[in-house]
Amino acid sequence: MLYREAGDYKTSYAKDNQTFPIKFDRVAYYVLLLVAFCVVPFVINDYWASAVLVPFLIYVIAALGLNILIGYCGQLSLGTGGFMAVGAYSAYKLMTSFPDVSIIIHILIAGVITALVGMLFGLPSLRIKGFYLAVATLASQFFLIWLFNRVPWFYNYSASGTINAPERTVFGVNVTGPNVDAWAQYMICLVFVVGCAWFVRNLTRGTLGRSWMAIRDMDIAAEIIGVNPLKAKLSAFGLSSFFIGIAGALLFTVYLGAVEGGEAFGISKSFLVLFMVIIGGLGSILGSFLGAAFMVLMPVLLKNVLVGNLGWPTDVSAHFEFVIVGALIMAFLIFEPHGLAQLWRLAKEKLRLWPFPH
Amino acid sequence: MKLKLATMAVAAVMAAAPVMADLVFPALSYRTGPYAANGIPFADGYADYFTLLNERDGGIGGEMTKLMECETGYNTEKGVECYEATKGSNPLVYQPLSTGITYQLIPKMTADDIPMHTMGYGRTSAKNGEVFRNIFNYPANYWDGASGAVNHVLDVEGGDIKGKKITLIYHNSAYGKEPIRTLEELSKKHGFELKVIPVDHPGQEQKSQWLQIRREKPDYVFMWGWGVMNSVAIQEAANIKFPMDHFIGIWWSGSENDVIPAGAGANGYKSLTFHGVGSDYPVYADIQKYVVDAGKAAGAGDQLGTVLYNRGLYAAMLAAEAVKTAQGIHGTAAINAVQMRDGMAALEITAAKMAAAGLPEFGPEFKVSCQNHGGNGFVGVAQWDAAAGKWNSVSDYVQSDQDVIGALVAEDSAAYAAENNITPGCN
Repeated sequence: MLYREAGDYKTSYAKDNQTFPIKFDRVAYYVLLLVAFCVVPFVINDYWASAVLVPFLIYVIAALGLNILIGYCGQLSLGTGGFMAVGAYSAYKLMTSFPDVSIIIHILIAGVITALVGMLFGLPSLRIKGFYLAVATLASQFFLIWLFNRVPWFYNYSASGTINAPERTVFGVNVTGPNVDAWAQYMICLVFVVGCAWFVRNLTRGTLGRSWMAIRDMDIAAEIIGVNPLKAKLSAFGLSSFFIGIAGALLFTVYLGAVEGGEAFGISKSFLVLFMVIIGGLGSILGSFLGAAFMVLMPVLLKNVLVGNLGWPTDVSAHFEFVIVGALIMAFLIFEPHGLAQLWRLAKEKLRLWPFPH
Repeated sequence: MKLKLATMAVAAVMAAAPVMADLVFPALSYRTGPYAANGIPFADGYADYFTLLNERDGGIGGEMTKLMECETGYNTEKGVECYEATKGSNPLVYQPLSTGITYQLIPKMTADDIPMHTMGYGRTSAKNGEVFRNIFNYPANYWDGASGAVNHVLDVEGGDIKGKKITLIYHNSAYGKEPIRTLEELSKKHGFELKVIPVDHPGQEQKSQWLQIRREKPDYVFMWGWGVMNSVAIQEAANIKFPMDHFIGIWWSGSENDVIPAGAGANGYKSLTFHGVGSDYPVYADIQKYVVDAGKAAGAGDQLGTVLYNRGLYAAMLAAEAVKTAQGIHGTAAINAVQMRDGMAALEITAAKMAAAGLPEFGPEFKVSCQNHGGNGFVGVAQWDAAAGKWNSVSDYVQSDQDVIGALVAEDSAAYAAENNITPGCN
């Protein structure tokens, strides 16, 4: 009864086009934001921040970024790990070169640098498509990691080649480094996530988003009706990489603190984010959240249940995590190829009709 | 969905809260993932020694030990999760057995005031205890290893290696890059020619690197490898008929897993070591009796006597001795992490202590102090006998070149101190 458009009169075009047309959704969204901003920071502890929420929020940004490229613009990319590394190393270079500038600005600039690199590697997308493009972006993954390992300038000539995030503050509160509080770590990621999600949502329903979707659905038709593929594809690569760069910068500065290029941003990272996008739902903002939640939280949850509650040996449980997560991925893809977001969409349809489905 | 997951996770974490008041030793082990073959024996040895102490002696100083194993799969992010999951239960010391996780945890553990022991790995300059107050890397570190390898070459060549060609083949990661600085310094000092060749993770393909070695014909090859890279390199070296006794690996490139795949070709391969090899020690009789026969062995129980099992055993033994030292200093059996740090900083390993632990002459004697967290850097060499299928010790523990290493440690730790606003000093 509660979940109805009926009775909720839209009196302007803006209202008619809002993201949450149903009042219940709208209220739920504001309540969620309220809880995330005003309740969670007060109850969060180190474990929840470092092991669960911070990685979840960071991967949400990465998944949002990749979703622009794959979900909205239809360009398959396997270079996510490399682009995250660009974000992380730019943030490192900026942090160490300009210690007085705010870290927020550094992270944003790191995103811009990644966007430029992403556009550079997006150039082949103008000539090649599908799997061939995937291979081209795969090359960028290996090239970028090789570059960061090969050129000592990127890691300030440190003997080991690892980069370490120095301590930085926002409004006088530590957000990086070892003495950071759980809530501060969480809050900076949350602010970035909310900002990015809001930005992506509005991008994707504007002109740019529509041109991406036109390219995705049929590029020749899109070109005929006047969508410029150069502009659409490169802007998708650029914006996608911008968010992925931010995610990489946050992953390095806020979450891990010390990073070794090849280990933290290897090919497995590219696949992880790709799976998030596919499982969450291609072309869906909510899907990015659900996919990241699934891929980040599921292993942690399983580990806690299997080792903590059932007392299994750690290696057996680690193997079973792979089996269970793998089986769930297959099950989801068989029963709902459009991802978790589609499940939610179907649930919403059912809710609208409930309790009189006929 | 998210909420449900979250509530379930809360329930799981709550239920997993461990019982307090034991001596808790977290083991960030990796029994899965790309380096599992090496992670398993170490984890087994570490676990079995604590089981032995519980079963035979009733713990340490009357206080039972409790091992909290957490699977990292050699993955840094899982390592962080493991650290956060275990740090609330009063852990005494962490041994992550991964360079990546070590770098990750150094600042965090310093902030949380929990000691970490990176035995023969990790950040070498942690030897400087005035900067790295909570990090210990006794009895030997990578730079000791690099110098130890050069010392061995000096020994074989009769003291003069001017103009000799030495090639380092290394895992292209923080771990593999560690010895380069030291080897560069040593090459200046002793006048040998140094070439370095990186191998990218995981190192299954090394044809081009070994082609290069075949072309350049170095007199000696040193290796800093880990996991599958080791066995591939040894196989390739055998394929190009490189004299195996001129091929020297760091201690992480010297386990049975690395040499057995190359069969007879690996005969004569040398590896550095800082502890004894084989199972010819009295402690093994006790492990057999109290742990294996009682059905309490960790893992499959089939790793006894392997190089990495011994290393796990040694790590646990050193931790237990540090606990005893801490108990002596603070006059309490139930010590906490801060007291454990004091125990580690005052640790002295003597021949008598090793004999009492059932491991006579297992490792070098050394003494830790507040300034020196790295011991005295004595390194030995073991050689693989393919026919007998075992490692033999071929060199006594020789001290590394402390002049060169001391200067490098001071330089690197000073840089770290400056970066992180640490004022060096002993409290």
